Amino acid sequence: MTPIIRKSIVGLAMVAISGSASAAGELNLYNWGNYTNPELITKFEKAHDVKVTVTDYDSNDAALAKVKAGGHGFDMVVPSANYMKIWIDEGLLLETRPDQMSNFKNVAKDFNDPVWDPGRRYSVPWQWGTVGMIVDTSVYKGDINTSALFLDPPDELKGKINVPPEMNDVISAAIMYLGGDPCTTDKDLLRKVRDKLVEAKKHWLSMDYGMIEKFAGRDVAASLYWNGAGFRAREKNADVRFGYPQEGFALWMDSVAVLKDAKNADNAKLFQNFVMMPENAALISAFARYANGIEGSDKYMPEDMKNAPEIIIDPKLSGAGKFLLACSPRATEMYTAIWTELQK
Amino acid sequence: MPDDSPSLSKYELAARKQQTRRNLLLCSPALIVLLLAASGPLLVMLFYSFLKSGNYGGVIYEFSLDGWLNVFLVRDIFDDVLKVADAHLSVFWRSIKLSAMTTFTCLVIGFPTAYFIATRPRESRNFWLFLITIPFWTNLLIRTFAILELIRNNGIVNNLLTDLHIIEQPIQMMYTDFAIMIGMTYVYLPLMILPLYASMEKLDFRLVEAAYDLYATRIRVLRKVIIPLIKPGIVAGSILVFIPSLGAFVTPRVLGGGKNLMLGNLIELQFGQGRNWPLGAALSITLLFIVMATLLLYVRYSQKGGVQHEQ
Repeated sequence: MTPIIRKSIVGLAMVAISGSASAAGELNLYNWGNYTNPELITKFEKAHDVKVTVTDYDSNDAALAKVKAGGHGFDMVVPSANYMKIWIDEGLLLETRPDQMSNFKNVAKDFNDPVWDPGRRYSVPWQWGTVGMIVDTSVYKGDINTSALFLDPPDELKGKINVPPEMNDVISAAIMYLGGDPCTTDKDLLRKVRDKLVEAKKHWLSMDYGMIEKFAGRDVAASLYWNGAGFRAREKNADVRFGYPQEGFALWMDSVAVLKDAKNADNAKLFQNFVMMPENAALISAFARYANGIEGSDKYMPEDMKNAPEIIIDPKLSGAGKFLLACSPRATEMYTAIWTELQK
Repeated sequence: MPDDSPSLSKYELAARKQQTRRNLLLCSPALIVLLLAASGPLLVMLFYSFLKSGNYGGVIYEFSLDGWLNVFLVRDIFDDVLKVADAHLSVFWRSIKLSAMTTFTCLVIGFPTAYFIATRPRESRNFWLFLITIPFWTNLLIRTFAILELIRNNGIVNNLLTDLHIIEQPIQMMYTDFAIMIGMTYVYLPLMILPLYASMEKLDFRLVEAAYDLYATRIRVLRKVIIPLIKPGIVAGSILVFIPSLGAFVTPRVLGGGKNLMLGNLIELQFGQGRNWPLGAALSITLLFIVMATLLLYVRYSQKGGVQHEQ
């Protein structure tokens, strides 16, 4: 299913769950599609007598554009690490000081003082993961830990490759493949990046989302994509594996923050504290299949996730992971030019 | 309504004025909605297209022509040379090409359908028209995904052909321009059939019989009698299909796999990941100009068609 269809189904489910309750408070969560566990929402609604409405988006930019335009009515949003600085700098977020909340002690050390939100003054961890290669190993038997699969594709995969329509993820992967750092403005390198992408695109089938279903139906055989989706694709197609490109792969984390113009800021703060409880964080992971950054949540995690190769990064390759941060406007301008060139 | 004659009494004139006023009042809700919901946003777009783009989306309230300049020209990111924005031009070209192909396919399929309906007995025509409108009962997205289900590699068409041993390997239909065209044809076909039917219904079939009596061949009847008489319907149908195809967003996105942009997707890119709202606004207005140019052509053609109709 694509985000759009899933959106409607999740939306319907939410209505069904929350429709009957006549709660005292309200909370409007604006989150990625197919990303919010309905059980988590029900649990929060019962615990705090709050009616929660979830609205979906499918990209950081869509969320940013909508909230910047105003009149949205949302209380909370879940931006990725590389967008958090923009949200903070543009004055869109409320400084809720999660670092002083009672459950903050549960946040894993790696994530309690991240560069994108120093001191965690605005946001709490939702989920984190990696951008790697989902591969159908019945089609391709070679090494899957490389970005070459989509940038210098082997013959078996030609014409069966998907690349997600995410400018930052795709261009960063290509930059790292060619030996650079994400967000670089080095013209010589970017010229190579553009040439490599334009050349490789001839062998791509699509630039689309919704890969869990596409791998299940064997429409595509390889895709640069997110690890949790790789996990869910493997549940539907046993030949699917997830590879971590040794040339460098992106790490990301989405964190839940409260909007400055939130009407239900108090409920939103309750929700932030709520998701830092290990058993609640585990509920988030159990649904979308990504790790959550909350210490002690492993105990509550589903059995099949505890040793999943999509969740636990191979220690030999973990050094190649890098967190993507917001690029400068100049870099974004150059990347957009390359991106438009790529899709013309 | 009585004719405009000088012999109208004062009383009648007053009554007429009142009637006009009442009619204006009656249509004012529609007018207000049109003004606010159509012209308002357009003016905002026009305004935004002359501003500077904000660093992270949005606009800075300073006058700038960059948005418009970037529609046709880009500064090369590598050597700073101003050159023609061939990426944009090729997207424009793809949109126009695919919309034209869609229009043609709709015409080829819609013409016989409309002819069939128009030649049924009067009582059963409504039933056939009703059948044409059934697809409108379902949401556009659902219909688009239904097409995807048909043409994907493990989809109904490919499985059927493989089971019948007509093909060995599935044909790649999903994520091609062909898929976009199929999708748009399916979605917009009723918009072609309905105006075609409307003008065919008025067609005087005695003229067709007369042509046969005068030993015209079938093709000649079609070319010299039927087509000229229903030309306004053909033009109206083509316009109704061509214009929404140009701005189509969902169908290319779902069926085309997003690999090659169409205009709607290019505009979305500028408001989203590209973070260049003025360019997006300028592109939208450009699309509007293309649509208006097409409509002007329509007005000219349909007037000619109208004259022919009276002859």
